[in-house]
Amino acid sequence: MLTIRAIAAVAGIGIALAAPAARAEQVRIAFIESLSGPFAPVGQNLLRSWQSMAELANTGKWAGQHTFEVTGYDSKGSPQETLILLQSAIDKGYRYISQGSSSAVGLALIDAIEKHNQRNPGKEVVYLNYGASDPDMTNARCSFWHFRFDANSDMKLEALTSYMAARKEISKVYIIGQNYSFGHQVARAAREYLKQKRPDVQIVGDDLHPIGQVKDFAPYIAKIKASGADTVITGNWGADLALLIKAGKEADLKANFYTLYAGTTGVPTAIGAAGEGRMRTVAYWHANNETYSGAEIVAAFRKKHNDDFYGIATYTATAMLAKAIREGGSTDPLKVAQRMSGMKMESLNGEVEMRRADHQLQQPLYVASWHKVDGKEVRFGREDTGYGWKTEKKIASDVASQPTSCQMKRPE
Amino acid sequence: MEFTLITLLNGLSYGLLLFLLSAGLTLIFSMMGVLNFAHASFYMLGAYLAYAISSHTGYWTALFMAPALTGILGAAIERFGLRAVRRHGHLAELLFTFGLSYLLVEFVQLAWGRAAVPYQVPAVLDRPLFSLYGTTFPAYRGFMMLVAALMLLSIYLLLKKTRIGLVIQAALTHPHMVESLGHDVPRVTMLVFGGGCALAGLAGVIGGNAFVTEPAMAAAVGSIIFVVVVVGGLGSLAGAFIASLLIGLLQTFAVALDFSLAGLLQALGVEAPQALTRLRLFKLTVAEVAPILPYLLLVIVMLLRPRGLLGVRES
Repeated sequence: MLTIRAIAAVAGIGIALAAPAARAEQVRIAFIESLSGPFAPVGQNLLRSWQSMAELANTGKWAGQHTFEVTGYDSKGSPQETLILLQSAIDKGYRYISQGSSSAVGLALIDAIEKHNQRNPGKEVVYLNYGASDPDMTNARCSFWHFRFDANSDMKLEALTSYMAARKEISKVYIIGQNYSFGHQVARAAREYLKQKRPDVQIVGDDLHPIGQVKDFAPYIAKIKASGADTVITGNWGADLALLIKAGKEADLKANFYTLYAGTTGVPTAIGAAGEGRMRTVAYWHANNETYSGAEIVAAFRKKHNDDFYGIATYTATAMLAKAIREGGSTDPLKVAQRMSGMKMESLNGEVEMRRADHQLQQPLYVASWHKVDGKEVRFGREDTGYGWKTEKKIASDVASQPTSCQMKRPE
Repeated sequence: MEFTLITLLNGLSYGLLLFLLSAGLTLIFSMMGVLNFAHASFYMLGAYLAYAISSHTGYWTALFMAPALTGILGAAIERFGLRAVRRHGHLAELLFTFGLSYLLVEFVQLAWGRAAVPYQVPAVLDRPLFSLYGTTFPAYRGFMMLVAALMLLSIYLLLKKTRIGLVIQAALTHPHMVESLGHDVPRVTMLVFGGGCALAGLAGVIGGNAFVTEPAMAAAVGSIIFVVVVVGGLGSLAGAFIASLLIGLLQTFAVALDFSLAGLLQALGVEAPQALTRLRLFKLTVAEVAPILPYLLLVIVMLLRPRGLLGVRES
């Protein structure tokens, strides 16, 4: 005789078998980045950011029943090493690759992934770029398989220079950057845009130094000082920016700094109290934005990792990926890529759009300056310095937008 | 004038740190004939030990403890590793120290992780020392220069004015004679190796917080100290001193020079052919190539004076 319990059990099994129309899959993302060497702190922070976003997406069911898992692989910052890891990730079955420090690595990844996808239909790989910002990656060398969630350096300099245009105190500008594709692009764009917007500004110096190798920036600072510059523009990030600022502080350089990556790990500590009011950065988001959007993420990240969350491109990328998977009902990279192309959504900095023409995310940008935490405008400090970013100007998405020369080849 | 003076000071302080680094390497080579490939790894180890010790007991203990520990480790490595290998000749020695450098990097990564550690300059020295035309000179840089100068002086006194120094020097040229006089030559070499490693450790203690303490720091200075030692003349401490300052100044001043071949021709009023002006190399400024200048110097010295500036050995 059937007991009630047995009936319930049988019914339960029936429901369990009938319910999942599609199988829940784990979307595995290989995070290939500098996890050792001078830029390791940045890589480590962003790996944690990716993993936290995956956790958030999994508990919030952003991708329906599908879940995310992000695993870090150390590329030591080298393009060759990255390509070896890419191959091994593909062999291990990864279909999503994320990378974002170093455009030199990014460009190598675009080429390799483009070739792989051509030769292996049905086994395509998608490249989620959260930070490599060489404009070439979405212009001459754009690819259908590459999605950039950061703003490119042209967009950032457009925003930064339109802010600078109104600052009458700027008269002598010194440009210093890392000697690789991205550093060259920043120097070029800074010159071009300043010429358009502030023809009266004099460019008193333009320097490139080897990336990640200069430990002592004192000679460069002496040169900047000798040039009489009142303003420094730099695309430096991570250790290269921290050491540059540290040397400037030691030599009591009074110039204002306009940067693209002053938010990256180690830099806030180097800026410290000395940079108050003199340090500016352009970014797609910062914790003290007008609505404090993302505040819970910042607080949870600090609590769990004792570190600052600054890379919301990881949020945007995870959310967009999840949306594409949920709406298309498939984790297949080709289908996901087709859905992400042209997708619009709400991110932490407002409405964003993955432009169909070049896969460059269109998003608002902030120019922010360095100020003491006051609990009102500056609620979140950075790296225990007691200082944080305060919005100087928010630049709307369509203003920050830049034309593209991308001739994208799209799969049928 | 202002710029020249500041750059001179920056160059000198960098040069003195290079000397601190290469002094140990030179000593070991001149006393034992061993080219220690792991030398820069002891520099890294010194910085990490100083970081570990200073976070417990403060910087000043670390300043003495870290070099001492590095030296003891170096002596132990000589006693239990290198000594056995030396019987098989120079190639075996080279390979041994080469392998050792990899082991030490791995050890550091296992113990302290792959990212940089927050090893800070002590608060007392974290301020300007003096101001020159509005440019401040950090106190810690002055301290680095002082330590290097003191070390140079003490090595000189040790080698020239003490009994141990006499034995060490004699053991270099007449080991058998020294041995028959009742001195323990193997122990002398162990002390020399340990001492050299301790010097590298000391450089790590004062260089690690001035710059960055991370696992790649050994690789970053490894090649440059070989340049110093070769340019100065293998085995010559005075040569290493001159070469360090030379390279320090060369690299620092080069950063300031925005000359390029294109600029030079323009200044001379020569019209360069178009094929040439399109070359990227043609437009490179001295500042951009500053980091490779020491290696250029190395090649030139090797060509013109293979034994180095003050070298005595024919290599």
